Amino acid sequence: MMLQLTQDQFALAYLIATVLFILGLKGLSGPKTALRGNLFAMIGMGIALVVTLLNPELQQYRWVTYGLVGGAIIGTAVALKIQMTAMPQLVAALHSFVGLSAVLVAAGTFLQYQERGEVLSAVFLTEIAVGSFVGAITFTGSLIAFGKLQEILSSNPLVFKGQHWLNFSLAVVMFVCAGGFVMTEELIYFNLMTAIAFLLGFLLILPIGGADMPVIVSMLNSYSGWAASATGFTLGNNLLITTGALVGSSGAILSYIMCKAMNRSFLSVVLGGFGGEAQASAGNSTAGKNVKSASVEDLAFMLENAEKAVIVPGYGMAVAQAQHAIKEIVEILQKKGVDCRFAIHPVAGRMPGHMNVLLAEADIPYDCVLEMDEINGDFTTTDVTFVIGANDVINPAAKTDTSSPLYGMPILDAYKSKHVFVSKRSMKAGYAGVDNQLFYYDNCSLVFGDAKATCEALARALKET
Amino acid sequence: MSPSMVGLSIFVLSCFIGYHVIWGVTPALHTPLMAVTNAISAIVVVGAILVAGGSLPSTDGSIQATELIGFFAVLLASINIFGGFVVTNRILAMFKKKK
Repeated sequence: MMLQLTQDQFALAYLIATVLFILGLKGLSGPKTALRGNLFAMIGMGIALVVTLLNPELQQYRWVTYGLVGGAIIGTAVALKIQMTAMPQLVAALHSFVGLSAVLVAAGTFLQYQERGEVLSAVFLTEIAVGSFVGAITFTGSLIAFGKLQEILSSNPLVFKGQHWLNFSLAVVMFVCAGGFVMTEELIYFNLMTAIAFLLGFLLILPIGGADMPVIVSMLNSYSGWAASATGFTLGNNLLITTGALVGSSGAILSYIMCKAMNRSFLSVVLGGFGGEAQASAGNSTAGKNVKSASVEDLAFMLENAEKAVIVPGYGMAVAQAQHAIKEIVEILQKKGVDCRFAIHPVAGRMPGHMNVLLAEADIPYDCVLEMDEINGDFTTTDVTFVIGANDVINPAAKTDTSSPLYGMPILDAYKSKHVFVSKRSMKAGYAGVDNQLFYYDNCSLVFGDAKATCEALARALKET
Repeated sequence: MSPSMVGLSIFVLSCFIGYHVIWGVTPALHTPLMAVTNAISAIVVVGAILVAGGSLPSTDGSIQATELIGFFAVLLASINIFGGFVVTNRILAMFKKKK
Protein backbone atom coordinates (compact mmCIF):
# COMPACT_ATOMS: atom_id res chain seq x y z
CA MET A 1 0.00 0.00 0.00
CA MET A 2 2.76 2.36 0.96
CA LEU A 3 4.65 1.63 -2.25
CA GLN A 4 1.52 2.13 -4.30
CA LEU A 5 1.10 5.59 -2.86
CA THR A 6 4.65 6.66 -3.58
CA GLN A 7 4.33 5.43 -7.14
CA ASP A 8 1.28 7.60 -7.54
CA GLN A 9 3.17 10.51 -6.10
CA PHE A 10 5.93 9.96 -8.62
CA ALA A 11 3.41 9.82 -11.41
CA LEU A 12 1.77 12.99 -10.16
CA ALA A 13 5.08 14.86 -10.06
CA TYR A 14 5.84 13.72 -13.60
CA LEU A 15 2.39 14.85 -14.68
CA ILE A 16 3.05 18.31 -13.25
CA ALA A 17 6.32 18.40 -15.17
CA THR A 18 4.45 17.46 -18.36
CA VAL A 19 1.95 20.26 -17.86
CA LEU A 20 4.77 22.74 -17.25
CA PHE A 21 6.45 21.68 -20.50
CA ILE A 22 3.22 22.24 -22.42
CA LEU A 23 2.77 25.65 -20.80
CA GLY A 24 6.38 26.42 -21.67
CA LEU A 25 5.77 25.74 -25.35
CA LYS A 26 2.52 27.66 -25.24
CA GLY A 27 4.40 30.69 -23.93
CA LEU A 28 6.22 30.91 -27.26
CA SER A 29 3.04 32.14 -28.94
CA GLY A 30 4.34 35.68 -28.40
CA PRO A 31 7.56 37.42 -27.31
CA LYS A 32 5.90 38.82 -24.19
CA THR A 33 4.99 35.46 -22.67
CA ALA A 34 7.99 33.56 -24.00
CA LEU A 35 10.44 34.14 -21.17
CA ARG A 36 7.87 33.10 -18.60
CA GLY A 37 7.20 30.00 -20.70
CA ASN A 38 10.86 29.11 -20.65
CA LEU A 39 10.81 29.46 -16.86
CA PHE A 40 7.87 27.03 -16.67
CA ALA A 41 9.77 24.52 -18.78
CA MET A 42 12.84 24.89 -16.55
CA ILE A 43 10.76 24.30 -13.42
CA GLY A 44 9.24 21.25 -15.11
CA MET A 45 12.70 19.87 -15.84
CA GLY A 46 13.78 20.65 -12.28
CA ILE A 47 10.84 18.70 -10.85
CA ALA A 48 11.54 15.77 -13.18
CA LEU A 49 15.20 15.70 -12.11
CA VAL A 50 14.53 15.91 -8.36
CA VAL A 51 11.81 13.26 -8.48
CA THR A 52 14.01 10.90 -10.47
CA LEU A 53 16.86 11.36 -8.01
CA LEU A 54 14.46 10.32 -5.21
CA ASN A 55 13.62 7.08 -7.01
CA PRO A 56 14.18 4.14 -4.61
CA GLU A 57 15.62 2.10 -7.50
CA LEU A 58 18.75 4.22 -7.32
CA GLN A 59 21.60 2.43 -5.55
CA GLN A 60 24.32 5.04 -5.86
CA TYR A 61 24.75 8.68 -6.87
CA ARG A 62 28.40 8.86 -7.86
CA TRP A 63 28.12 8.67 -11.65
CA VAL A 64 24.82 10.48 -11.72
CA THR A 65 26.39 13.43 -9.93
CA TYR A 66 29.46 13.47 -12.16
CA GLY A 67 27.27 13.45 -15.26
CA LEU A 68 24.82 16.09 -14.10
CA VAL A 69 27.45 18.50 -12.79
CA GLY A 70 29.77 18.01 -15.75
CA GLY A 71 26.90 18.54 -18.19
CA ALA A 72 25.69 21.62 -16.33
CA ILE A 73 29.12 23.23 -16.51
CA ILE A 74 29.74 22.38 -20.17
CA GLY A 75 26.20 23.20 -21.30
CA THR A 76 26.01 26.53 -19.51
CA ALA A 77 29.47 27.60 -20.65
CA VAL A 78 28.75 26.82 -24.29
CA ALA A 79 25.31 28.44 -24.20
CA LEU A 80 26.67 31.66 -22.72
CA LYS A 81 29.55 31.94 -25.17
CA ILE A 82 27.93 30.89 -28.43
CA GLN A 83 27.45 33.55 -31.09
CA MET A 84 23.93 34.01 -32.40
CA THR A 85 25.07 33.38 -35.97
CA ALA A 86 26.23 29.94 -34.82
CA MET A 87 22.81 28.96 -33.44
CA PRO A 88 22.02 26.43 -36.21
CA GLN A 89 25.25 24.56 -35.47
CA LEU A 90 24.58 24.57 -31.73
CA VAL A 91 21.08 23.23 -32.21
CA ALA A 92 22.39 20.47 -34.51
CA ALA A 93 25.07 19.54 -31.97
CA LEU A 94 22.52 19.40 -29.15
CA HIS A 95 20.25 17.16 -31.25
CA SER A 96 23.11 14.75 -31.68
CA PHE A 97 23.60 14.57 -27.90
CA VAL A 98 19.97 13.65 -27.30
CA GLY A 99 20.32 10.96 -29.96
CA LEU A 100 23.44 9.43 -28.47
CA SER A 101 22.01 9.67 -24.98
CA ALA A 102 18.94 7.71 -26.12
CA VAL A 103 21.20 5.00 -27.60
CA LEU A 104 23.15 4.74 -24.34
CA VAL A 105 19.99 4.61 -22.25
CA ALA A 106 18.62 1.80 -24.43
CA ALA A 107 21.86 -0.18 -24.18
CA GLY A 108 22.30 0.49 -20.45
CA THR A 109 18.71 -0.37 -19.59
CA PHE A 110 18.98 -3.64 -21.48
CA LEU A 111 22.23 -4.62 -19.73
CA GLN A 112 20.82 -3.72 -16.34
CA TYR A 113 17.63 -5.72 -16.76
CA GLN A 114 19.66 -8.67 -18.03
CA GLU A 115 21.98 -8.49 -15.03
CA ARG A 116 19.02 -8.56 -12.70
CA GLY A 117 17.90 -11.69 -14.46
CA GLU A 118 14.47 -10.32 -15.34
CA VAL A 119 12.35 -11.97 -17.98
CA LEU A 120 12.26 -9.59 -20.94
CA SER A 121 9.15 -9.46 -23.09
CA ALA A 122 9.23 -9.09 -26.86
CA VAL A 123 7.47 -5.73 -26.54
CA PHE A 124 10.14 -4.47 -24.16
CA LEU A 125 12.96 -5.62 -26.45
CA THR A 126 11.27 -3.98 -29.43
CA GLU A 127 11.04 -0.73 -27.50
CA ILE A 128 14.75 -0.99 -26.64
CA ALA A 129 15.59 -1.60 -30.31
CA VAL A 130 13.48 1.30 -31.58
CA GLY A 131 14.90 3.68 -28.96
CA SER A 132 18.39 2.73 -29.99
CA PHE A 133 18.13 3.01 -33.75
CA VAL A 134 16.10 6.21 -33.78
CA GLY A 135 18.65 7.69 -31.39
CA ALA A 136 21.55 6.43 -33.48
CA ILE A 137 20.20 7.93 -36.72
CA THR A 138 19.56 11.20 -34.90
CA PHE A 139 23.10 11.19 -33.55
CA THR A 140 25.11 10.70 -36.74
CA GLY A 141 22.62 12.61 -38.88
CA SER A 142 22.94 15.62 -36.60
CA LEU A 143 26.71 15.30 -36.62
CA ILE A 144 26.72 15.62 -40.41
CA ALA A 145 24.29 18.54 -40.23
CA PHE A 146 26.60 20.15 -37.69
CA GLY A 147 29.61 19.57 -39.94
CA LYS A 148 27.85 21.14 -42.91
CA LEU A 149 26.63 24.15 -40.93
CA GLN A 150 30.02 24.67 -39.31
CA GLU A 151 31.54 24.29 -42.79
CA ILE A 152 33.83 21.48 -41.69
CA LEU A 153 32.10 19.52 -44.43
CA SER A 154 31.13 20.90 -47.82
CA SER A 155 27.55 22.13 -47.80
CA ASN A 156 27.17 20.79 -51.33
CA PRO A 157 25.07 17.67 -51.57
CA LEU A 158 27.12 14.49 -51.86
CA VAL A 159 25.40 12.23 -54.33
CA PHE A 160 26.50 8.96 -55.85
CA LYS A 161 24.87 6.26 -57.92
CA GLY A 162 22.80 3.68 -56.11
CA GLN A 163 22.64 5.83 -53.00
CA HIS A 164 18.97 5.23 -52.32
CA TRP A 165 19.29 1.51 -52.93
CA LEU A 166 22.22 1.35 -50.53
CA ASN A 167 20.24 3.16 -47.84
CA PHE A 168 17.23 0.98 -48.45
CA SER A 169 19.26 -2.24 -48.19
CA LEU A 170 20.94 -1.02 -45.01
CA ALA A 171 17.56 -0.22 -43.50
CA VAL A 172 16.34 -3.74 -44.32
CA VAL A 173 19.44 -5.30 -42.72
CA MET A 174 18.95 -3.05 -39.71
CA PHE A 175 15.38 -4.24 -39.22
CA VAL A 176 16.46 -7.86 -39.62
CA CYS A 177 19.04 -7.33 -36.87
CA ALA A 178 16.37 -5.69 -34.70
CA GLY A 179 14.18 -8.76 -35.25
CA GLY A 180 17.09 -11.03 -34.34
CA PHE A 181 17.64 -9.06 -31.15
CA VAL A 182 14.00 -9.26 -30.11
CA MET A 183 13.91 -13.03 -30.69
CA THR A 184 17.28 -14.04 -29.24
CA GLU A 185 18.06 -11.28 -26.72
CA GLU A 186 21.67 -11.47 -27.96
CA LEU A 187 23.68 -8.27 -27.52
CA ILE A 188 25.52 -8.83 -30.80
CA TYR A 189 22.32 -8.20 -32.79
CA PHE A 190 21.69 -5.05 -30.81
CA ASN A 191 25.22 -3.80 -31.50
CA LEU A 192 25.02 -4.65 -35.18
CA MET A 193 21.65 -2.93 -35.52
CA THR A 194 22.91 0.20 -33.77
CA ALA A 195 26.07 0.27 -35.89
CA ILE A 196 24.02 0.15 -39.09
CA ALA A 197 21.76 2.91 -37.75
CA PHE A 198 24.83 5.08 -37.12
CA LEU A 199 25.93 4.51 -40.71
CA LEU A 200 22.44 5.26 -42.02
CA GLY A 201 22.38 8.57 -40.18
CA PHE A 202 25.56 9.61 -42.01
CA LEU A 203 24.35 8.44 -45.40
CA LEU A 204 20.92 10.03 -45.10
CA ILE A 205 22.17 13.55 -44.41
CA LEU A 206 25.28 13.65 -46.62
CA PRO A 207 23.33 14.13 -49.88
CA ILE A 208 21.44 17.14 -48.55
CA GLY A 209 22.57 20.61 -49.61
CA GLY A 210 23.06 23.71 -47.47
CA ALA A 211 19.87 25.46 -48.56
CA ASP A 212 17.77 22.52 -47.39
CA MET A 213 19.25 22.69 -43.91
CA PRO A 214 16.23 24.43 -42.33
CA VAL A 215 14.18 21.35 -43.17
CA ILE A 216 16.86 18.94 -42.01
CA VAL A 217 17.53 20.70 -38.73
CA SER A 218 13.77 20.66 -38.05
CA MET A 219 13.57 17.00 -39.05
CA LEU A 220 16.38 16.03 -36.69
CA ASN A 221 14.64 18.07 -33.99
CA SER A 222 11.64 15.88 -34.60
CA TYR A 223 13.74 12.67 -34.49
CA SER A 224 15.27 13.64 -31.16
CA GLY A 225 11.71 13.87 -29.81
CA TRP A 226 10.72 10.47 -31.18
CA ALA A 227 13.88 9.01 -29.67
CA ALA A 228 12.85 10.38 -26.27
CA SER A 229 9.37 8.92 -26.72
CA ALA A 230 10.79 5.50 -27.58
CA THR A 231 12.91 5.66 -24.43
CA GLY A 232 9.74 6.49 -22.51
CA PHE A 233 8.07 3.33 -23.83
CA THR A 234 11.09 1.28 -22.74
CA LEU A 235 10.99 2.67 -19.22
CA GLY A 236 7.22 2.78 -19.02
CA ASN A 237 7.52 6.48 -18.19
CA ASN A 238 4.67 8.68 -19.39
CA LEU A 239 6.60 11.91 -18.92
CA LEU A 240 9.14 10.82 -21.52
CA ILE A 241 6.45 9.59 -23.89
CA THR A 242 4.54 12.87 -23.72
CA THR A 243 7.56 15.14 -23.90
CA GLY A 244 8.99 13.18 -26.79
CA ALA A 245 5.69 13.44 -28.64
CA LEU A 246 5.56 17.21 -28.09
CA VAL A 247 9.09 17.68 -29.41
CA GLY A 248 8.50 15.21 -32.22
CA SER A 249 5.41 17.01 -33.47
CA SER A 250 7.13 20.37 -33.07
CA GLY A 251 9.97 19.32 -35.35
CA ALA A 252 7.56 17.71 -37.80
CA ILE A 253 5.47 20.87 -38.06
CA LEU A 254 8.55 23.02 -38.56
CA SER A 255 9.74 20.69 -41.33
CA TYR A 256 6.34 20.97 -42.95
CA ILE A 257 6.37 24.79 -42.77
CA MET A 258 9.87 24.89 -44.25
CA CYS A 259 9.00 22.49 -47.08
CA LYS A 260 5.91 24.48 -47.92
CA ALA A 261 7.91 27.71 -48.00
CA MET A 262 10.23 26.11 -50.57
CA ASN A 263 7.42 24.40 -52.48
CA ARG A 264 9.26 21.11 -52.10
CA SER A 265 7.88 17.82 -50.95
CA PHE A 266 9.37 16.47 -47.75
CA LEU A 267 10.38 13.33 -49.62
CA SER A 268 12.35 15.24 -52.25
CA VAL A 269 14.25 17.09 -49.51
CA VAL A 270 15.04 13.88 -47.67
CA LEU A 271 16.20 12.16 -50.84
CA GLY A 272 18.60 15.06 -51.27
CA GLY A 273 20.76 16.27 -54.11
CA PHE A 274 19.12 19.67 -54.51
CA GLY A 275 21.22 22.78 -54.98
CA GLY A 276 24.97 23.30 -54.86
CA GLU A 277 27.34 23.19 -57.77
CA ALA A 278 25.96 19.97 -59.18
CA GLN A 279 23.10 21.91 -60.74
CA ALA A 280 24.46 24.43 -63.15
CA SER A 281 22.34 27.41 -63.98
CA ALA A 282 19.75 26.71 -66.61
CA GLY A 283 18.68 30.32 -66.92
CA ASN A 284 19.50 30.90 -70.56
CA SER A 285 16.37 32.96 -70.95
CA THR A 286 18.12 35.89 -69.33
CA ALA A 287 21.31 35.69 -71.38
CA GLY A 288 22.15 38.91 -73.14
CA LYS A 289 20.05 41.05 -70.84
CA ASN A 290 21.73 43.72 -68.80
CA VAL A 291 21.70 44.44 -65.13
CA LYS A 292 21.95 47.91 -63.66
CA SER A 293 24.41 48.59 -60.93
CA ALA A 294 24.09 51.38 -58.40
CA SER A 295 26.47 53.02 -55.95
CA VAL A 296 25.95 53.17 -52.20
CA GLU A 297 25.32 56.92 -52.56
CA ASP A 298 22.48 56.30 -55.02
CA LEU A 299 20.95 53.89 -52.56
CA ALA A 300 21.36 56.34 -49.65
CA PHE A 301 19.68 59.08 -51.68
CA MET A 302 16.74 56.86 -52.63
CA LEU A 303 16.30 55.53 -49.11
CA GLU A 304 16.21 58.87 -47.34
CA ASN A 305 13.72 60.25 -49.82
CA ALA A 306 11.48 57.24 -49.53
CA GLU A 307 8.28 57.22 -47.56
CA LYS A 308 8.19 53.48 -47.07
CA ALA A 309 11.20 51.20 -47.18
CA VAL A 310 11.48 47.45 -46.67
CA ILE A 311 14.66 45.51 -45.92
CA VAL A 312 14.84 41.85 -46.96
CA PRO A 313 17.61 40.00 -45.12
CA GLY A 314 18.87 36.54 -46.09
CA TYR A 315 21.58 34.08 -45.23
CA GLY A 316 24.17 36.42 -46.78
CA MET A 317 23.45 38.92 -44.01
CA ALA A 318 24.22 36.25 -41.41
CA VAL A 319 27.44 35.22 -43.13
CA ALA A 320 28.64 38.82 -43.42
CA GLN A 321 27.48 39.63 -39.85
CA ALA A 322 25.84 42.76 -41.27
CA GLN A 323 22.94 42.95 -38.77
CA HIS A 324 24.54 45.58 -36.53
CA ALA A 325 25.29 47.89 -39.45
CA ILE A 326 21.69 47.39 -40.59
CA LYS A 327 20.42 48.41 -37.19
CA GLU A 328 22.28 51.69 -37.58
CA ILE A 329 20.76 52.26 -41.02
CA VAL A 330 17.27 51.65 -39.69
CA GLU A 331 17.76 54.05 -36.79
CA ILE A 332 18.93 56.85 -39.06
CA LEU A 333 16.10 56.26 -41.53
CA GLN A 334 13.46 56.19 -38.82
CA LYS A 335 14.82 59.45 -37.43
CA LYS A 336 14.42 60.92 -40.89
CA GLY A 337 10.81 59.83 -40.89
CA VAL A 338 11.11 56.88 -43.25
CA ASP A 339 8.77 54.00 -42.43
CA CYS A 340 11.34 51.21 -42.41
CA ARG A 341 10.41 47.56 -41.89
CA PHE A 342 11.80 44.06 -42.42
CA ALA A 343 10.39 41.23 -44.51
CA ILE A 344 11.36 37.71 -43.49
CA HIS A 345 10.89 34.69 -45.73
CA PRO A 346 10.26 31.48 -43.75
CA VAL A 347 13.36 29.76 -45.15
CA ALA A 348 15.73 32.72 -44.92
CA GLY A 349 18.86 31.49 -43.18
CA ARG A 350 19.82 28.04 -42.04
CA MET A 351 17.12 27.30 -39.48
CA PRO A 352 13.55 28.40 -38.80
CA GLY A 353 13.47 31.89 -37.32
CA HIS A 354 17.21 32.44 -37.90
CA MET A 355 16.82 36.00 -39.23
CA ASN A 356 14.50 37.07 -36.41
CA VAL A 357 17.10 36.07 -33.85
CA LEU A 358 19.91 37.94 -35.60
CA LEU A 359 17.81 41.09 -35.91
CA ALA A 360 16.74 40.82 -32.28
CA GLU A 361 20.39 40.42 -31.34
CA ALA A 362 21.13 43.70 -33.12
CA ASP A 363 18.41 45.31 -30.98
CA ILE A 364 15.98 45.85 -33.83
CA PRO A 365 12.46 46.03 -32.30
CA TYR A 366 10.50 42.91 -33.27
CA ASP A 367 7.33 44.80 -34.17
CA CYS A 368 8.94 46.12 -37.36
CA VAL A 369 10.06 42.62 -38.39
CA LEU A 370 7.27 41.04 -40.44
CA GLU A 371 6.63 37.58 -41.84
CA MET A 372 6.05 37.01 -45.54
CA ASP A 373 2.25 36.80 -45.32
CA GLU A 374 2.05 39.95 -43.24
CA ILE A 375 4.06 42.17 -45.56
CA ASN A 376 3.60 40.80 -49.07
CA GLY A 377 0.59 42.99 -49.75
CA ASP A 378 2.54 46.12 -48.85
CA PHE A 379 5.25 45.89 -51.50
CA THR A 380 3.14 47.69 -54.12
CA THR A 381 3.13 50.81 -51.93
CA THR A 382 6.78 50.49 -50.95
CA ASP A 383 9.19 53.02 -52.44
CA VAL A 384 12.46 51.23 -51.86
CA THR A 385 13.18 47.60 -51.07
CA PHE A 386 16.73 46.81 -50.02
CA VAL A 387 17.72 43.14 -50.27
CA ILE A 388 20.73 41.97 -48.30
CA GLY A 389 22.04 38.48 -48.91
CA ALA A 390 18.77 36.97 -50.10
CA ASN A 391 18.29 35.61 -53.60
CA ASP A 392 15.97 32.72 -54.40
CA VAL A 393 13.25 33.98 -52.05
CA ILE A 394 12.74 37.12 -54.18
CA ASN A 395 13.09 35.53 -57.62
CA PRO A 396 9.95 36.32 -59.66
CA ALA A 397 10.70 33.25 -61.78
CA ALA A 398 8.95 31.33 -58.99
CA LYS A 399 5.74 32.96 -60.22
CA THR A 400 6.28 33.44 -63.92
CA ASP A 401 8.61 30.76 -65.28
CA THR A 402 7.01 27.33 -65.26
CA SER A 403 10.33 25.73 -66.30
CA SER A 404 12.20 27.12 -63.29
CA PRO A 405 13.10 24.75 -60.45
CA LEU A 406 11.76 27.44 -58.15
CA TYR A 407 8.36 27.60 -59.84
CA GLY A 408 5.55 27.54 -57.31
CA MET A 409 7.65 28.57 -54.35
CA PRO A 410 6.07 31.42 -52.40
CA ILE A 411 8.30 34.50 -52.64
CA LEU A 412 8.53 37.95 -51.15
CA ASP A 413 7.05 40.28 -53.77
CA ALA A 414 10.00 42.66 -53.65
CA TYR A 415 9.73 43.16 -57.41
CA LYS A 416 6.43 44.99 -56.94
CA SER A 417 8.01 47.89 -55.08
CA LYS A 418 8.98 51.06 -56.99
CA HIS A 419 12.70 50.47 -56.62
CA VAL A 420 14.63 47.39 -55.58
CA PHE A 421 18.28 47.49 -54.56
CA VAL A 422 20.11 44.21 -54.07
CA SER A 423 23.39 44.02 -52.19
CA LYS A 424 25.39 41.32 -53.95
CA ARG A 425 28.90 40.00 -53.85
CA SER A 426 28.91 38.81 -57.46
CA MET A 427 26.55 37.70 -60.20
CA LYS A 428 26.62 34.13 -58.91
CA ALA A 429 23.28 32.31 -58.82
CA GLY A 430 21.51 31.51 -55.55
CA TYR A 431 21.48 28.15 -53.80
CA ALA A 432 18.99 26.64 -56.15
CA GLY A 433 21.49 27.37 -58.94
CA VAL A 434 18.89 29.50 -60.68
CA ASP A 435 19.50 32.89 -62.27
CA ASN A 436 17.46 35.61 -60.60
CA GLN A 437 15.14 37.29 -63.10
CA LEU A 438 14.57 40.19 -60.74
CA PHE A 439 18.07 41.52 -61.48
CA TYR A 440 17.01 42.23 -65.07
CA TYR A 441 13.88 44.15 -64.11
CA ASP A 442 13.85 47.88 -64.88
CA ASN A 443 13.17 48.82 -61.27
CA CYS A 444 16.07 46.75 -59.92
CA SER A 445 19.65 47.88 -59.31
CA LEU A 446 22.52 45.86 -57.89
CA VAL A 447 24.92 47.23 -55.31
CA PHE A 448 28.06 45.13 -55.63
CA GLY A 449 30.29 44.35 -52.66
CA ASP A 450 30.38 42.57 -49.34
CA ALA A 451 27.08 42.93 -47.46
CA LYS A 452 28.67 44.26 -44.29
CA ALA A 453 30.93 46.74 -46.13
CA THR A 454 27.94 47.95 -48.16
CA CYS A 455 25.77 48.42 -45.09
CA GLU A 456 28.51 50.26 -43.20
CA ALA A 457 29.15 52.52 -46.18
CA LEU A 458 25.42 53.12 -46.45
CA ALA A 459 25.17 54.08 -42.79
CA ARG A 460 28.03 56.57 -43.27
CA ALA A 461 26.46 58.02 -46.40
CA LEU A 462 23.14 58.46 -44.62
CA LYS A 463 24.79 60.18 -41.66
CA GLU A 464 26.54 62.71 -43.88
CA THR A 465 23.37 64.04 -45.43
CA MET B 1 -4.79 -2.71 -20.84
CA SER B 2 -1.06 -3.45 -20.92
CA PRO B 3 1.38 -0.69 -19.89
CA SER B 4 2.54 -0.39 -23.51
CA MET B 5 -1.02 0.20 -24.63
CA VAL B 6 -1.47 2.90 -21.99
CA GLY B 7 1.78 4.42 -23.22
CA LEU B 8 0.57 4.31 -26.81
CA SER B 9 -2.69 6.07 -25.92
CA ILE B 10 -0.81 8.80 -24.10
CA PHE B 11 1.62 9.08 -27.01
CA VAL B 12 -1.08 9.56 -29.63
CA LEU B 13 -2.99 12.09 -27.54
CA SER B 14 0.24 13.99 -26.83
CA CYS B 15 0.92 14.26 -30.55
CA PHE B 16 -2.41 16.04 -30.91
CA ILE B 17 -1.60 18.41 -28.06
CA GLY B 18 1.79 19.05 -29.64
CA TYR B 19 0.18 19.74 -33.00
CA HIS B 20 -2.14 22.39 -31.58
CA VAL B 21 0.37 24.03 -29.27
CA ILE B 22 3.11 24.26 -31.89
CA TRP B 23 0.90 25.83 -34.56
CA GLY B 24 0.28 28.61 -32.04
CA VAL B 25 3.97 29.49 -31.86
CA THR B 26 4.76 32.70 -33.72
CA PRO B 27 7.21 32.18 -36.64
CA ALA B 28 9.54 34.83 -35.23
CA LEU B 29 10.21 32.53 -32.29
CA HIS B 30 10.93 29.37 -34.24
CA THR B 31 14.61 29.39 -33.32
CA PRO B 32 13.98 29.60 -29.56
CA LEU B 33 11.28 26.94 -30.08
CA MET B 34 13.93 24.59 -31.44
CA ALA B 35 16.30 25.46 -28.62
CA VAL B 36 13.72 24.84 -25.91
CA THR B 37 12.40 21.63 -27.46
CA ASN B 38 16.02 20.56 -27.53
CA ALA B 39 16.30 21.17 -23.82
CA ILE B 40 13.12 19.32 -22.95
CA SER B 41 13.85 16.36 -25.23
CA ALA B 42 16.81 15.85 -22.91
CA ILE B 43 14.18 14.43 -20.55
CA VAL B 44 15.85 11.15 -21.53
CA VAL B 45 18.00 12.14 -18.56
CA VAL B 46 15.40 10.31 -16.45
CA GLY B 47 16.37 7.04 -18.11
CA ALA B 48 20.04 7.96 -18.03
CA ILE B 49 19.96 8.52 -14.25
CA LEU B 50 18.32 5.14 -13.68
CA VAL B 51 21.07 3.47 -15.72
CA ALA B 52 23.94 5.38 -14.09
CA GLY B 53 22.72 4.82 -10.55
CA GLY B 54 20.67 1.67 -10.90
CA SER B 55 23.29 -0.90 -9.90
CA LEU B 56 25.17 -1.22 -6.64
CA PRO B 57 28.86 -0.23 -6.86
CA SER B 58 31.03 -3.30 -7.36
CA THR B 59 32.72 -4.56 -4.20
CA ASP B 60 36.24 -4.50 -5.65
CA GLY B 61 35.89 -0.87 -6.73
CA SER B 62 36.06 -1.54 -10.48
CA ILE B 63 33.86 0.46 -12.82
CA GLN B 64 30.94 -1.44 -14.31
CA ALA B 65 29.76 -1.11 -17.90
CA THR B 66 26.34 0.24 -16.91
CA GLU B 67 27.92 2.89 -14.71
CA LEU B 68 30.07 4.14 -17.56
CA ILE B 69 27.25 4.00 -20.14
CA GLY B 70 24.93 5.73 -17.69
CA PHE B 71 27.48 8.41 -16.90
CA PHE B 72 27.89 9.40 -20.54
CA ALA B 73 24.14 9.33 -21.08
CA VAL B 74 23.60 11.63 -18.09
CA LEU B 75 26.44 13.91 -19.18
CA LEU B 76 25.09 14.36 -22.73
CA ALA B 77 21.53 14.89 -21.56
CA SER B 78 22.67 17.34 -18.92
CA ILE B 79 24.63 19.37 -21.49
CA ASN B 80 21.41 19.55 -23.46
CA ILE B 81 19.26 20.60 -20.54
CA PHE B 82 21.52 23.40 -19.39
CA GLY B 83 22.73 24.41 -22.85
CA GLY B 84 19.20 24.39 -24.26
CA PHE B 85 17.55 26.38 -21.49
CA VAL B 86 20.34 28.92 -21.10
CA VAL B 87 20.54 29.65 -24.81
CA THR B 88 16.74 29.91 -25.07
CA ASN B 89 16.80 32.38 -22.23
CA ARG B 90 19.49 34.41 -23.98
CA ILE B 91 17.55 34.54 -27.24
CA LEU B 92 14.26 35.43 -25.59
CA ALA B 93 15.89 38.15 -23.53
CA MET B 94 16.94 39.80 -26.80
CA PHE B 95 13.35 39.80 -27.97
CA LYS B 96 12.26 41.40 -24.74
CA LYS B 97 14.50 44.44 -24.98
CA LYS B 98 12.53 47.41 -26.29
CA LYS B 99 9.13 46.25 -27.27
